[in-house]
Amino acid sequence: MGPELDFEKPILELKGKISELKQFMDEKGIDLSDELNSLQERLAALEKETYGSMTPWERVRVARKLNRPTTLDYIPLLFTDFVECHGDRLYGDDPAIVGGIAKFHGHPVTVIGEQRGRDTKENIKRNFGSPHPEGYRKALRLMKQADKFHRPIITFIDTKGAFPGKAAEERGQSEAIARNLYEMSWLSVPVICVVIGEGASGGALAIGVGNQILMLENSWYSVISPEGAAALLWKDAGKAEEAAKTMKITGSDLKKLGIIDKLIPEVLGGAHHDPKKQADLIDHALIESLTELSQLSADQVREQRLAKYRAIGNYDTVQENLTNHSIFSYSSDRQ
Amino acid sequence: MKDFFTKKKKYATVPSAKARQDVPEGIVRKCPKCKKIMYVKELKKNLFVCQSCGYHYPIGARDRAEMLFDQGSYVEFDKDMVSLNPLQFPNYMNKLESDRKKTNLNEAVWTGKGLIEGFDCAVAIMDKGFRMGSMGSVVGEKITRMIEYANKNGIPVLIFSASGGARMQEGVLSLMQMAKTSAALKEFSENGGLYISIMTHPTTGGVSASFASLGDYNFAEPGALIGFAGRRIIEQTIGEELPEDFQTAEFLLNHGQLDQVVSRSELRTVLGRVLSIHAEGGAAGWDQN
Ligand SMILES: [Zn+2]
Repeated sequence: MGPELDFEKPILELKGKISELKQFMDEKGIDLSDELNSLQERLAALEKETYGSMTPWERVRVARKLNRPTTLDYIPLLFTDFVECHGDRLYGDDPAIVGGIAKFHGHPVTVIGEQRGRDTKENIKRNFGSPHPEGYRKALRLMKQADKFHRPIITFIDTKGAFPGKAAEERGQSEAIARNLYEMSWLSVPVICVVIGEGASGGALAIGVGNQILMLENSWYSVISPEGAAALLWKDAGKAEEAAKTMKITGSDLKKLGIIDKLIPEVLGGAHHDPKKQADLIDHALIESLTELSQLSADQVREQRLAKYRAIGNYDTVQENLTNHSIFSYSSDRQ
Repeated sequence: MKDFFTKKKKYATVPSAKARQDVPEGIVRKCPKCKKIMYVKELKKNLFVCQSCGYHYPIGARDRAEMLFDQGSYVEFDKDMVSLNPLQFPNYMNKLESDRKKTNLNEAVWTGKGLIEGFDCAVAIMDKGFRMGSMGSVVGEKITRMIEYANKNGIPVLIFSASGGARMQEGVLSLMQMAKTSAALKEFSENGGLYISIMTHPTTGGVSASFASLGDYNFAEPGALIGFAGRRIIEQTIGEELPEDFQTAEFLLNHGQLDQVVSRSELRTVLGRVLSIHAEGGAAGWDQN
């Protein structure tokens, strides 16, 4: 995955022209600043147009950029005194989830996030950010600790999904995810979840049951990846671009659906263009959310979270004539 | 042929090849495991379990309710709740309509309450015939309401899972039903509620990774497929072949994920025991002895 994507090509070309012109001016000592200015204006307009009207699929591709900031990139930019805490105390330590304690503007917090690699070698070590049960159990251990010591929890969601592997199934991947949903719902401290990259399925939700859900502009969150949806629904993984649109997975879609609370703007072109500036934008949103939630008592924090999830759903009632006759017509599809 | 249909037998045996060709669909069934052919009527009497090899046929929610509860003791909840199309997903409504006709259910879960071995219980039964038993808004809502009913009335919850996971066509709304149902169970549990989970074939994906795994007691039917990730995806990821029994109820039992694998014929007995032990109310009573 190169740093520039195809839809960014015209920008790249124009940038090339500008640097050529600069070089030419330097070498020949000719003043072409009028031309240079007009090219730079064109570039600014082009960037604004390209990045201001990105399609869902383009956002998915930005979310997957290898140089996009990860949990461990944001932690030193947002927190001080970070002490990483390893292990689930049951089986092992999952490098696909990191967590620990830190201070946020001087106040104690617990920080947990999914962690992919920032290069191929690290990606292999961290299973591409796809957690095993021990990762979710480590996260839960740290959340219960936060509950005990009354500190807010901030989670960063960035995963292609829970790891699909034999060992993960043997150690209870389903139970680990389910347990986190169950226990997170009952925490009495504020939980703020920030989707910083990819948020796929139960693997994302397992650290995502919060009082407030925030999303970066170029992140996505859904029941399945666009490729997975295309393969399942249309038997054609090539239709991922269409699926990204149909499945309503971007921050603005989820804001409209009432699933997330805040959409955090990104620096022009995506968070990777300026991680520090991006961290400032996240910082601003976190301060706002924590201030809002600090108005609530421990009971109210729990009640607000329970009410938030209780209200999610889209259904209706009809009057139809159903009988109790026996239905036994399923094809037996296995064994 | 006349003889063949009127002959009274305790259990069906294999009709001749000629007879098999002539038998109308739906009257006999060939066991997918041992290939033995049995009359549907006989199968039903045997709780849809193969008389010869013990294979548990997947069954619909209404049949399950009929065999689970004490006779005539149950009522259905939220019978008329239907899905909308929050993402305006192409063709979704048509698919729901055709599954409604197929299963005689408005959605992929039946909920209600009734007596099991004399004990009042709130129950959800999923039906894999309806959109592979997938969980969208209605499944999440019906299960949550059933749990809330149990919470209010102080009775146990039983959920029979049969699901391919979250429903794709409702996108993130389906995903959030995992959190909604799990949160309802947590609240119920904090109030001392008893929840028994019974995983049937198949219990996978988002259902496996939410309420199905959260029972105070987790039981499963023999041979049921239970797991989070699909077998094919795992094989592609790890590049090795998986054991034959991978993600079966028996495999999960061996890996510490289940309390018991319980056959359909023993289920009511086992449930009756658990319910009666809980009805005693823990240590209460010892001080009076
Ligand atoms: Zn058989």
